[in-house]
Amino acid sequence: MTREHIQSTIFELLKKTAPETDPHSLRPDENIREALNIDSFDALQFLVALNEKLGIDIPEEDYSKTTTLGSLTDYLEQRSR
Amino acid sequence: MTDFLMPSLGADMEAGTLVQWKKKPGDQLTPGDIIAEVETQKGLIEIEIFEAGILESYLIEEGDKVPVGSPMARLRPEGSSKKTPETHPIQEKSQASKPLAAISEKTPSESSSSQKKTSEEIPRIKISPLARSIAEKNGIDLSSITGSGEGGAIIKADVEKAMVAKAGEPAGKETREAPSTAKTIPQESIRTAVAAAMSRSNREIPHYYLEKRIDMLAAMTWLQEVNRQRKISERLLPVVLFIKAVAKALESSPELNGIWDNGLQIQNQVNIGFVISLRAGGLLVPAIRDADLKSPEEIMAVLNELIPRARALKLRSSELSDSTITITSLGENGADKVFGVIYPPQVAIVGFGSIINEAVVHEGMLAIRPVVHVSLAGDHRATDGLSGSRFLEALNNNLQNPNAL
Amino acid sequence: MSELKKITYREALKAGIREALLNDDRVFLMGEDVGRYGGAFAVSKSLLEEFGEDRIMDVPLSESGFVGAGIGASLAGMKPIVEVMTVNFGLLPMDQIVNNAATLLHMSGGQLNVPVVIRMSCGIGKQLAAQHSHSWEPLFAHIPGLVVVSVGTHEDARGMLHTALEHPDPVIIFEYTSMLNLEAEIQIDAGHTDISRAKVRREGKDISIITYGIGVYKALEAAKRLSEQGIDAEVIDLRVLRPLDEDCFIKSVSKTHRALLVEEAWASVNISSEVSARIMENAFYELDAPVKRLGGSEVPIPYPLHLENASVPQVEDIENAVIKILRP
Repeated sequence: MTREHIQSTIFELLKKTAPETDPHSLRPDENIREALNIDSFDALQFLVALNEKLGIDIPEEDYSKTTTLGSLTDYLEQRSR
Repeated sequence: MTDFLMPSLGADMEAGTLVQWKKKPGDQLTPGDIIAEVETQKGLIEIEIFEAGILESYLIEEGDKVPVGSPMARLRPEGSSKKTPETHPIQEKSQASKPLAAISEKTPSESSSSQKKTSEEIPRIKISPLARSIAEKNGIDLSSITGSGEGGAIIKADVEKAMVAKAGEPAGKETREAPSTAKTIPQESIRTAVAAAMSRSNREIPHYYLEKRIDMLAAMTWLQEVNRQRKISERLLPVVLFIKAVAKALESSPELNGIWDNGLQIQNQVNIGFVISLRAGGLLVPAIRDADLKSPEEIMAVLNELIPRARALKLRSSELSDSTITITSLGENGADKVFGVIYPPQVAIVGFGSIINEAVVHEGMLAIRPVVHVSLAGDHRATDGLSGSRFLEALNNNLQNPNAL
Repeated sequence: MSELKKITYREALKAGIREALLNDDRVFLMGEDVGRYGGAFAVSKSLLEEFGEDRIMDVPLSESGFVGAGIGASLAGMKPIVEVMTVNFGLLPMDQIVNNAATLLHMSGGQLNVPVVIRMSCGIGKQLAAQHSHSWEPLFAHIPGLVVVSVGTHEDARGMLHTALEHPDPVIIFEYTSMLNLEAEIQIDAGHTDISRAKVRREGKDISIITYGIGVYKALEAAKRLSEQGIDAEVIDLRVLRPLDEDCFIKSVSKTHRALLVEEAWASVNISSEVSARIMENAFYELDAPVKRLGGSEVPIPYPLHLENASVPQVEDIENAVIKILRP
């Protein structure tokens, strides 16, 4: 799984969660939920969707590693190996 | 024969526009079927039917806007020997203000005659042109206004008075409104509906506020343990515990689970209205029915199904109208505390702030523990601070014993 | 800030005439007793001495004759100011005014403008009895081809004549005898009056009092009294009765949503009738109360002072009518 594929999946799902925003404008170190105004329910739905699309399970204790675009991509890339 | 009426989907609803019939004349109807899609201030709502029978005929057409309580379709109930047709409480409420004839069964010969009810003779209303156009723009029912102008004519000031009072109107009030083809913009009208309901609340309801800090370590530990064993799609959010704990705490404080209608009417069902904010602004409060009887997993399942539909503005009629108490929860990373405004005609709203770590005294020692600040806004006409205080204490106990939830 | 000057309505009229005579050699004043006698109401007093017989011209007592002569002079390139002593004699030159002054432009296929200015004093309040107390502004305002203006303030008394003389078509100016001795302060450099526009004399938000002529100061006084009772009335001076400045009063009524129309002319088929109709046509959906009119009683105007006063709207009548509309 390429980093590009992971990122495009992230963008696609974020766009679905917050349709009026532009996820591409996120900086790598920006807190995704704060920047796109995503509440805890939508955050969970986003991770569920990532799980379905990429087949990567994210345990609850790892949620803290998914807060920024950079850390989330790194995390998923690492987990997909 | 019975009439299916435009239901009231909340205190702020006066009329709805039929967007689409979902059943045809001759169709067999079973309770829970969606009979029509109706556009209201809260968006596109699917209207359910609560009795079994056959759809006899339409009384209004797609695109028609009719006041709450107006007949939409004629039904032939199942088992025609039944004396009174079963109706949903909301419908009964609407019908209460209508002449008996509208809901009484008709003889076969009558039913074979004209299908459409002749419209009532409406006495001509004396009103200034300006007042009329303002009333029409704002959906004000002219029949209920007393004019203060020349010869008792309704003038602008009277309509403006009525607009202020409109927000405070009880549910199910019948309106005589000119049919309008104007399409409402849901987002804007949601804002209007929220404004009306909240203005009425702050005007009419003497709120009292209580606050309690609740230690969340036990609940969060329990939740972590449970979620660790689950697939991501089956994990629970803390708010599920809040909902269940509130529902359970109401067992010992039933007076907070009710509506105010010239007096407190305690409700047997615990239907928790859950505040869902919309991305574009405004909010909807669909009900989680019988929350006290549901497990946390079942409540999570309801949320998973309900929240996306609410965000898409596709809620069912009954979901918006039968809450008995409201919960507002800010989720993570938000404000520490929230003090709610009661959604009329309910008598209480429980507000959960963010779960945050605070220094607390625990067993005689300072400790850093996750806590949540919970507020209760109560209607002082219905209950006193002592009831509220007992409720918050029960809520605290429930959250200390998550296993039992 | 420009200087204010205290001046009577009579002095203001005279100042206007004098300025016109000084500005343009083609301007001359003609009328009964305007020269040696100084004008029936002393408006043109001493002008004969200053400008001479060619420009201040006494005429025989024949309204039809000298108004016709004035029309002829204007056709020949002069700028006559024809004074008809009072509107009460205004029926005599009516044929000249309607069939010549107002119609020649049309009859000549657009070749002949008639730039005559005809001044008439009018109004009641001097106990002149029925035959000399007419308010016939509506009669003249009925006729296409005429411009009909009404001098409701000191400012306009001085500033209207100049603009009227500039106009290519016949202009009838109504002046008010009962106001001649009334003093008021006007700005020294107030300038000329735009005779195509009505004027908001007082801004308000609760009701539009629409009037002209003598009604202007009465309405302003009523508005002042009403403001003490918490009612904020707008006062509109129609100023030009033909063609009406519809925009002005429609805009006002659209703001206040109520209108009271005030004038001294008999109520049936008067200026207010027309204004009311235009409000219905253009601002119906802005109305929050029926348009009301206060006009002259439909009787020959009586001689006794108390009856004379009772036969036209007074300040108290305006005040009461407004209160009745706003607080029924």
